Amino acid sequence: MKKTIIQVENLYAGYHDQAIMEDLTFAVKKGEIFVILGGSGCGKSTVLKHMIGLLPPISGRVLINGQDMVAATGKNRHQMLRQIGVTFQNSALFGSMTVLENIMLPLKEFTLLPKDALTTIARAKLRLVDLAGHGHLLPGELSGGMKKRAAIARAMALDPAIVFLDEPSAGLDPLTAAELDLLIMDLARTLGITFVIVTHELESVLTIADAVIMLEKDFKGIIARGNPEDLKDDPSNTYAYQFFNRKPKREKKP
Amino acid sequence: MTQHAALTIDQTDKALVFAFSGDLDATGIAGVWGTACSRIKKASGPALAIDLSGISYFDTAGAAFIAHLEKMAKDRNWEKTDITGLDPAAFALVERIRQTESETPREAAAPAGALRTFVENKGRSLDNFLYDAHTFIAFFGEIFWAFLTSLVHPNRVRWTETLRIAERAGADALPIVALISFIVGLVMAFQSAIPMKMFGAEIYVANLIGIAMVRELGPLMTAIVLAGRSASAFAAEIGTMKINEEIDALTVMGLEPVRFLILPRVIASTLMTPLLTVFAILVGILGGAIVLLSLGHPFMAYYNQVAGFVSWGDFVGGITKCFVFGVLIAATGCIRGYQTSQGPSAVGEAATRAVVSSIVLIAVFDGIFSILYYALGV
Repeated sequence: MKKTIIQVENLYAGYHDQAIMEDLTFAVKKGEIFVILGGSGCGKSTVLKHMIGLLPPISGRVLINGQDMVAATGKNRHQMLRQIGVTFQNSALFGSMTVLENIMLPLKEFTLLPKDALTTIARAKLRLVDLAGHGHLLPGELSGGMKKRAAIARAMALDPAIVFLDEPSAGLDPLTAAELDLLIMDLARTLGITFVIVTHELESVLTIADAVIMLEKDFKGIIARGNPEDLKDDPSNTYAYQFFNRKPKREKKP
Repeated sequence: MTQHAALTIDQTDKALVFAFSGDLDATGIAGVWGTACSRIKKASGPALAIDLSGISYFDTAGAAFIAHLEKMAKDRNWEKTDITGLDPAAFALVERIRQTESETPREAAAPAGALRTFVENKGRSLDNFLYDAHTFIAFFGEIFWAFLTSLVHPNRVRWTETLRIAERAGADALPIVALISFIVGLVMAFQSAIPMKMFGAEIYVANLIGIAMVRELGPLMTAIVLAGRSASAFAAEIGTMKINEEIDALTVMGLEPVRFLILPRVIASTLMTPLLTVFAILVGILGGAIVLLSLGHPFMAYYNQVAGFVSWGDFVGGITKCFVFGVLIAATGCIRGYQTSQGPSAVGEAATRAVVSSIVLIAVFDGIFSILYYALGV
């Protein structure tokens, strides 16, 4: 049995006391690729913001390795932040720095490594995401897929236990998205990193996810959970079945 | 909490032996990186042995470190590197980083030699300058052509937008232009009154202020204030639009950005600069009057002195310059904005370049006008 690394308990997610999602409870196991799935605007990204401690929950809590990120302060919080890496929807690479400098930044700020060590380690990270030799470029000079990979490399700079990805395949063509999926699976396998991915890309969910929770706007909660393959073939859960098989709510009128 | 890595070094006949313990992660290796690397540089080999049986944690930073040590040994033609004490998963990580090592394409190669770098840099900046001048002149031509076309088809100009910009870049600049001109007139009168008094020629301060404000300082001060105020604003506006792909959107909609965005700004600025200058000249002369009043000269004496000395030719000459300055300010601002590259600092850079370029151009053209007027006898 795998160890639980993230435990979300009775989380009410939203901004300013306005809950978008109510009473969410789920657990992420160590080393798995966990996908938070849902339609556009259902609050997936908000749930992610609660999980990475950017937004305090309305109520409930998120435990990472048994510790509450929001309650943690000072050095403790700092230690917890080092366990996680995040990539944002638009990559959020710092435009004024080269890709290599982007990756070196957390290493430089949080360790006492000498300069050549910083470059060596940052280059190793670039190699892990297949961006070797692109370190001297500015983010503006990278393609969409390369930006995503560079962002993953930066998120992994301090070898976190968990990497959160917000819509990693947004704006990518199917082939590039598929390559990114392979990369994520590879990193999960070789480095044992736990991935929490927010997405609505069905293809990618079916390929990479070990576990899925599915959020629904009107239901304000988790409408389905489990293995994506099972959800796809199970007509008993109407919404999930419709979603996975791309059937809209209303049938076309004849 | 990270347990910092410790390193024990042992040099035998066969090999240099590194035994690591503790956590081999980014924090942990910080203390041993320098020691290990410098030891390899000093040692003579003939082989490297790395014992990792004592470590408690290992990640990609550690793997990069081990692969780096191994590469250093290899670059010095040492026989081999033995890595012991790693579990298969961790070894696979080292293997992976090592494998891709050879595939790494070279990152931008640094040119050799300081002299070459110096010459190359100078060459590049000259090349950039020429290219910049070329695009600037070409763009200027485009704007001028659009301007001429608008004279033939005045209904193609966006007049509402032009008036809005005229208000913002012209009328709203009135207080600052007035303040600067007033102070310039006042200070100049005061400074020149002191030496003139020694010759009993105080009243001629009026002549000085009149001619200087009308011919030079009125147009120049207005233009410099507008360069700081409007050129930067135009560059930032258009630069932001460029970054947000709004300019591309205009282009694909068939609305030429030059006509749609730049022309209203150029027309507004060209018309407003002379008007502001007239105002600046009056306020500047008023500043001078205050000094002479305080020195006991009646206002009418001052007025007669100015009116008798400054001719209509001086006034027309001063104002003519302003039309050119107005075009320069607006066009430079727009061109710099249009040249905005990508990135968060790009708009700021465009605004800075707009101000610097327009002030330089104003100074250059002011010089050209002086020579021209001298030759024409104006």
